[in-house]
Amino acid sequence: MAKIDKHICIIGAGTAGIMLANKLANKFEVTVIDPAKDHYYQPGFLFMPFGRYKAEQLRKSTTKLVNKRANLIAEKVANIDFQNKKLATDSGTDISFDVLVVATGTRTDPSMTEGLLGDGWQKNVFDFYNPDGAEKLHDALKDFKQGTLAIQIMDMPIKCPVAPLEFTFLADDYFKKRGIRENITIKYITPLSGAFTKPVASAKFGHMLEERKIELVSDFYTEKVVETENKVVCFDGREVIYDLLVTVPVNVGSDLMRKTDIVNDLGFVEVNHGSLQSAKYPFVFAVGDAADLPTSKAGSVAHFEVDTLAENIPRFLEGKELEESFDGHSNCFVEMGGGKALLLDFNYQTQPYEGTFPFPGVGPMKLLQPSRVNHWGKLAFRFIYWWMLLPGRKIPFINAQMSLKGKKIIES
Amino acid sequence: MQKNIAGTEVEVDAEGYLTDMNQWSGDIANAIAEELHISPLSEKHWAVINWLREQTANGVELNIRKVGASGVVDIKEFYQLFPGGPLKNASKIAGLHKPTSCL
Ligand SMILES: Cc1cc2nc3c(=O)[nH]c(=O)nc-3n(C[C@H](O)[C@H](O)[C@H](O)COP(=O)(O)OP(=O)(O)OC[C@H]3O[C@@H](n4cnc5c(N)ncnc54)[C@H](O)[C@@H]3O)c2cc1C
Repeated sequence: MAKIDKHICIIGAGTAGIMLANKLANKFEVTVIDPAKDHYYQPGFLFMPFGRYKAEQLRKSTTKLVNKRANLIAEKVANIDFQNKKLATDSGTDISFDVLVVATGTRTDPSMTEGLLGDGWQKNVFDFYNPDGAEKLHDALKDFKQGTLAIQIMDMPIKCPVAPLEFTFLADDYFKKRGIRENITIKYITPLSGAFTKPVASAKFGHMLEERKIELVSDFYTEKVVETENKVVCFDGREVIYDLLVTVPVNVGSDLMRKTDIVNDLGFVEVNHGSLQSAKYPFVFAVGDAADLPTSKAGSVAHFEVDTLAENIPRFLEGKELEESFDGHSNCFVEMGGGKALLLDFNYQTQPYEGTFPFPGVGPMKLLQPSRVNHWGKLAFRFIYWWMLLPGRKIPFINAQMSLKGKKIIES
Repeated sequence: MQKNIAGTEVEVDAEGYLTDMNQWSGDIANAIAEELHISPLSEKHWAVINWLREQTANGVELNIRKVGASGVVDIKEFYQLFPGGPLKNASKIAGLHKPTSCL
């Protein structure tokens, strides 16, 4: 097929950037720019502290994942000139574009919290949202035999908002298996009013924490960490003492985007929630964690967003009206420990309900209920990720738009 | 569902947040504040309430960080004024939906 003579530039070859490049490369001139040589399967970071994976099992070379018809440039984008529709890489290369897609993700920024990068950092205070931190936490957990483990979220939004909760359940399970659970107090500290963001799921998770004798410390918005005294302090004066702190630092957008005029206070790109287009510069789109959207920052969400962009970018280039087809659909497995997981499925409007997935009334996966099939689903997801999701193949039976079929609706 | 607050029938959700910010009044604010044991409302409380309503009317999704950067209060004062969950409680008194900024 003849390519259309328009140049689409994608900044960031992460989950979203790779999926989108692979969908568009056969029809358009596509350039993807990312300095990272390797792409990581980030959901695997959750299991690293417990020794299930090593970092090298979770990465593949970016070049191998991107369609050969796309140009992949292994450089960092240093500046974007929106007026002249061009960008510059850190080596000084200028690249012009007709459409720009921001897919630069999010990262944790421990420097945003007073005292977090203090004496205890990576000694008894860890961030497992990157391979290095997850690996170091593995060593610390192995040696941890008694005391208080605190899991703490600094602020919202964070990517994969269930990950800290999953970590907590897995830690409980890990200590039980080692026969030392009785010697350890586990506390879950969150700025939210409950265990999770959406009410029905929050109540359910709250109950699960209780069952496991995990203390929920809610409405805790952290002012500072005092690592010389092993304590975290809330703005209202409450303090929690820990021996081991597993923290999810403030999540921010990329440094590149933080200096532009199309982002919110944390550096996430403001776009139309349905079409993913920037209001300020119509030729700019954002996808994945980099976008400021009121839904979860997750790979599954990025996948649904890419479907919307694969339609909208061609429409934009043809001068057609865009579709506001993205509904905030989020779909994720939650590890519960003990070889079980549950599944959440929700969007902008609806919260996670109980039911079955993907076939109403049949399943095989159960929504909001721990089951073994869900756990296998979570583990199988790694395979689906590398071989179906990233190459841009359609995943059987799963639709971009959420469905309420087979779900038990609870009024809240 | 319907609820009678300060003599007015208003539409609320299961947790008592007004679902239509236009049904709100100062009397309603005082009544909810009393229920939450945050009364009497001071001038500073009202400054925060008004700011929250203004932002919401402009389509801004609120979070604690934004309140802290508002110039109206800092986060410490915000906790002092609306103890417990400040954004949650302040939003309820201000007749706004439960904050959803927390995804
Ligand atoms: C512990 C953990 C568990 C998770 N579990 C799940 C799960 O179970 N299910 C799920 O769906 N999701 C999960 N996620 C989330 C998922 O991994 C992310 O949401 C997803 O990878 C986001 O993709 P992205 O493309 O937006 O960002 P990323 O994949 O992070 O990619 C961003 C890319 O942009 C590049 N970049 C940044 N700045 C520049 C620049 N200036 N120039 C060029 N390139 C740049 C970076 O190098 C990076 O490669 C988890 C995440 C973590 C951390």
